[in-house]
Amino acid sequence: MRYVIIGAGPAGVVAAETLRKQDPKGEVILIGDEPEPAYSRMAIPYLLAEHIDERGTYLRHATDHFENLGIRQIHEKVTAVDGTGHTLTLQSGESINFDRLLIASGSRPVAPPIPGLDQPGVHHCWTLADARYIADYAKAGSKVVLMGAGFIGSIIMEALVERHVELTVLEMGDRMVPRMMDQTAGNLIKHWCIDHGVNVRTSTRVMEVKPDDTGIARLTLECEAAKPIQADLVVVATGVRPETRYLENSGVQIRQGVVVNDYLQTTLPDIYAAGDVCEALEWGTGNHAVHAIQPVAAETGRVAAMNMTGSNTLYAGSLQMNILDSIGLISTSYGQWQGVENGESSELLDEARFRYIKLQFEADRLVGAITLGMTEHVGVLRGLIQSRTRLGRWKEHLMKDPSRIMEAYLGATHSA
Amino acid sequence: MGWHKKVLRVNLTTGSCTPEPLNMEWAAEYLGQRGLATKYLLEEIDPKVDPLSPDNKMIFATGPLTGTAASTSARYSVITKGALTNAIACSNSGGYFGAELKFAGWDMIIFEGKAASPVYLHISDDHAELLPADDLWGKSVWETDEILHQRHQDPRLRISAIGVSGEKGVLYACIVNDLHRAAGRSGVGTVMGSKNLKAIAVRGTQGVQVKDPVRFMQAVGEKKQVLADNAVTGQGLPTYGTQVLMNVINEVGALPTNNARDVQFEGASNISGEAMHEPRGSENKPNLVTNQACFGCTIACGRISRVDKEHYTVKNRPEYWNASGGLEYEAAWSLGADTGVDDLDALTFANFVCNEQGYDPITFGATIAAAMELYEMGLITDEETGGIPLKFGSAEALTKMAELVGKAEGFGKTLGMGSKRLCEKYGHPELSMSVKGQEFPAYDPRGIQGMGLTYATSNRGACHLRSYTVASEILGIPEKTDPLATEGKAGLVKAFQDATAAVDSTGLCLFTTFAWSLDDFQPQVDAACEGEWTLERLSELGERIWNMERQFNMAAGFTGKDDTLPKRLRKEAAKTGPAKGKVNGLKVMLPEYYQLRGWDEKGVPTAETLQRLGL
Amino acid sequence: MMRSLTISPDKCTGCLQCEMACSYENEGVFNPVKSRIKVFVFEQEGRHVPYTCTQCADAWCQNACPTEAIQINAQTGAKEVNEGLCVGCKVCTIACPFGTVNYNQATGKVIKCDLCGGDPACAKACPTQAITYQDANWTGYDKMRSWADKTNTQATAQA
Ligand SMILES: Cc1cc2nc3c(=O)[nH]c(=O)nc-3n(C[C@H](O)[C@H](O)[C@H](O)COP(=O)(O)OP(=O)(O)OC[C@H]3O[C@@H](n4cnc5c(N)ncnc54)[C@H](O)[C@@H]3O)c2cc1C
Ligand code: SF4
Repeated sequence: MRYVIIGAGPAGVVAAETLRKQDPKGEVILIGDEPEPAYSRMAIPYLLAEHIDERGTYLRHATDHFENLGIRQIHEKVTAVDGTGHTLTLQSGESINFDRLLIASGSRPVAPPIPGLDQPGVHHCWTLADARYIADYAKAGSKVVLMGAGFIGSIIMEALVERHVELTVLEMGDRMVPRMMDQTAGNLIKHWCIDHGVNVRTSTRVMEVKPDDTGIARLTLECEAAKPIQADLVVVATGVRPETRYLENSGVQIRQGVVVNDYLQTTLPDIYAAGDVCEALEWGTGNHAVHAIQPVAAETGRVAAMNMTGSNTLYAGSLQMNILDSIGLISTSYGQWQGVENGESSELLDEARFRYIKLQFEADRLVGAITLGMTEHVGVLRGLIQSRTRLGRWKEHLMKDPSRIMEAYLGATHSA
Repeated sequence: MGWHKKVLRVNLTTGSCTPEPLNMEWAAEYLGQRGLATKYLLEEIDPKVDPLSPDNKMIFATGPLTGTAASTSARYSVITKGALTNAIACSNSGGYFGAELKFAGWDMIIFEGKAASPVYLHISDDHAELLPADDLWGKSVWETDEILHQRHQDPRLRISAIGVSGEKGVLYACIVNDLHRAAGRSGVGTVMGSKNLKAIAVRGTQGVQVKDPVRFMQAVGEKKQVLADNAVTGQGLPTYGTQVLMNVINEVGALPTNNARDVQFEGASNISGEAMHEPRGSENKPNLVTNQACFGCTIACGRISRVDKEHYTVKNRPEYWNASGGLEYEAAWSLGADTGVDDLDALTFANFVCNEQGYDPITFGATIAAAMELYEMGLITDEETGGIPLKFGSAEALTKMAELVGKAEGFGKTLGMGSKRLCEKYGHPELSMSVKGQEFPAYDPRGIQGMGLTYATSNRGACHLRSYTVASEILGIPEKTDPLATEGKAGLVKAFQDATAAVDSTGLCLFTTFAWSLDDFQPQVDAACEGEWTLERLSELGERIWNMERQFNMAAGFTGKDDTLPKRLRKEAAKTGPAKGKVNGLKVMLPEYYQLRGWDEKGVPTAETLQRLGL
Repeated sequence: MMRSLTISPDKCTGCLQCEMACSYENEGVFNPVKSRIKVFVFEQEGRHVPYTCTQCADAWCQNACPTEAIQINAQTGAKEVNEGLCVGCKVCTIACPFGTVNYNQATGKVIKCDLCGGDPACAKACPTQAITYQDANWTGYDKMRSWADKTNTQATAQA
């Protein structure tokens, strides 16, 4: 049996290891187009902040880790897949057969249609190569504009702050992290950042990026209804999209991402998908969606590999969950934090101290949450949401005081 | 080390919160908590000050061992001039608040002045600020606790607060932390109320460090074992709490009953620690729900109790159905034996109300007992009490009055003055069972002679926690003395007073002294605190503190004449039990005590004594 | 046989000696905030519940970690945080459905129970034996495990 995996990010690596464990004799090939050993994108901010070196981003630290497991690695780009023919083509023109294929090619960053984003000095922050480029230009005191204050943008912001650049953050939306935080929390985070010396401008649209002719900086950003901004470096963090371009003629169905069923199987029986690239069942809603986060990548990588080796493993669905550290203000969001129809919610807000907690219920079950300024036992929110624990009388306690989440969890699950 | 060396000074008049270094010279002489804060108070206020004026100050003080791994490291004290007594007040409390204050990086908080409108103090590590408390004013301790936890979204926030009684000037209001632990006596809560300070909410993440952690942990481990192996701290207190004493003290004929007219109570066994274990009531469950420890405590004498849902006090009042702080011996005595009430649920309910509205059950029970006597004499009328007959033995009178005192309404206002002022008002000052304005607790000095001297000389007014000679006279700790004899008691009282003052300055609990002597404290203190802490230094410390408190009181206007006991204890002999026919022999003990203390015959410390102690 | 921390809430008095022992053992200070074991108080019921990591067989925290910073101690079975590898991204803190991995803002790393290398300080410090360290086949532990399975999106494979 030959298993081939496209993409050596967390989804691909966890899948390769799981395949090996489940099928000690099978042949496992891991293909990734990046030159470095398999690494973790989400460690990049810590590299930029100089907390770690590049090795610190590696997913596995033993140099012979994959060799020892008998996993063959190919560092090359896959240019096409023939799903029914069970072959794929590498950039070199070489083709490889597979019995089972896992698509784990992650996502690629996308930029909005703004003129001038394709010139030197404008850069995404997605790969180690990107990180090296940014590190070269984002020196202490240099003028840096970060476009996009979504989740990834906000994480990069933290790293840029630590590099002591003169930072301006531009966000089109009306608050920070709009897809993770509600109005209240998003605004609090924004104010916190402003209080901590970051120039954050929401509801700001960039019209064009041009070379700067004053000689003060490399570039000038023209903004709608605002003064132009000068920059030595523009970092674009305006969103990502599943990397499916090479799959156009593969025969697998693609919507937003690669469509998979409850077993993470694509529309072709021997092909599976995992991680950022797949559009899988969303936990709790019954919808299919792309959840481009690390824990989902690891979990789907595992479950897909289980199914590739023939164990029937149902994927329960991916739960949206994020944790963000904005210059020391920690925020989390879980699941259906926007609330559900006919649901109820409870919240406590202390604006002066940047503390906020909002819980969303469906009957006596927790379905989503947002927290600001809470660092202890946050994981239990996930536990309660995903186990669909019936809170019983604890629901009323939480309606009154949502901060008693740990007590509610223990009360509902460990009662005498 | 041990200390953070940091004091928070809160000026309520100006609204400022200012950190300042702890005076380490004083810390070397007075250690912490009781001793050190009294030194500060004595230096900073005129002892003649009106306790309820803005010129009085109030200090929340931890000890160097508060918040460490030493057993019973929960303690903090509130030091001020007492509203009830006009004397030095030092009320000690456990729970979790004191340790949290320490974790936030503070050794003590000094409050001065008076806020223009109600405020509370919020401390989060270094950050301290006064916040408006207009919406909390008029709320009970329990409501305040709930609101502040929600407001700050932190289940681990520790809160110390006053209830309505403290706001409205009930003279024996206390400061309640963690819902049911209290700095209970002498009206420290009344002082807090007079300053328009509703609560202190603290959260600390800095922790505590000690001088020599390895040696400290070694000592702490050994001493915890000593507590575990001791019959009182290892068995009696964990099993029955302080209520282990109810039957014992009744047997020896030292349980003041019906305003100390009697020394034994027929209903004692119904309100004892044993009774708390008995299934009863509509659900056939015991009153006792569980034992609760204070922070760091390996004894766990605290009781958590429930009132039976069908009991008249709480029927259809679900807000009182939850478990909460249960009866300690002193409260069971004051609310029960001293009023002649033997209904355990009624006592538990009254105790809940004391915690809920923040006032001292000992003084309250003794005050209502005095009122019952006045009522029976026909001096207090039904009209005044709102139609409630204040008869000895009436549970209803007890619980109704408890609620009235809590809100300072109706006859509760009169009872809120304490027994001394109450009895004066009705022309019978001798019926107040108090010394220096404060009611004595659950040990009758006719049956336990040493306690007479204890009450008479206690610096904060009558109190058992200044020299608990019961340990020796009844329990034989460290050695048995005859409770009916006066010989040797002066020395015993002095030794206990000095040791207690030292213990109260460490941050640890006095209850350890059933098993520990100063020898056991010494290695823990020495390993934790800067400098060398020898046994001699600790004993001298205690004596120094005692004399300093005495100095405060003398400057406040007290004299040797105030070292006395209610006439009843000196003149009316015990009617039953082993002490039958006995009165207290204070007359004999006091002169010897003065002499041992190095005080003149009027009870004034001689110049020589003061010099010896460096005062 | 692997041993595990066994907790009997009915014996707990809420003294927090365990939290102190833990913070001292691991951080060298008396500071419950830094304890890996926490005692939760149910005031109205008079119940105290000590609570910490159960070292689940298939650890959520470990699987979620992007840098392999959570590793298994082969002797004890404990999932331990390798501080050198932890970047402080906190993903494990939201991934652990029991809420037993916490972020330490002072160090920028996460902390969790590591069974003190096989001699847990909390169990030694507990005066009432509410926490003991014993063979793992204990029903309370299983109860928690079974609850954990409900949360499972990591697929307990039944091939
Ligand atoms: C700066 C940054 C911060 C982040 N922070 C967080 C965070 O805090 N929390 C969180 O949960 N998530 C975070 N993420 C997201 C997280 O990193 C991704 O969700 C995760 O990496 C997805 O894993 P994956 O294996 O699906 O895809 P990837 O990690 O993207 O790996 C896919 C691999 O496949 C390769 N590939 C793509 N196409 C081909 C091809 N045709 N041929 C060969 N190889 C190909 C790619 O080059 C890549 O190496 C962050 C991401 C970034 C960039
Ligand atoms: S915080 Fe540390 S241990 Fe936790 S997931 Fe991130 S890197 Fe791993």
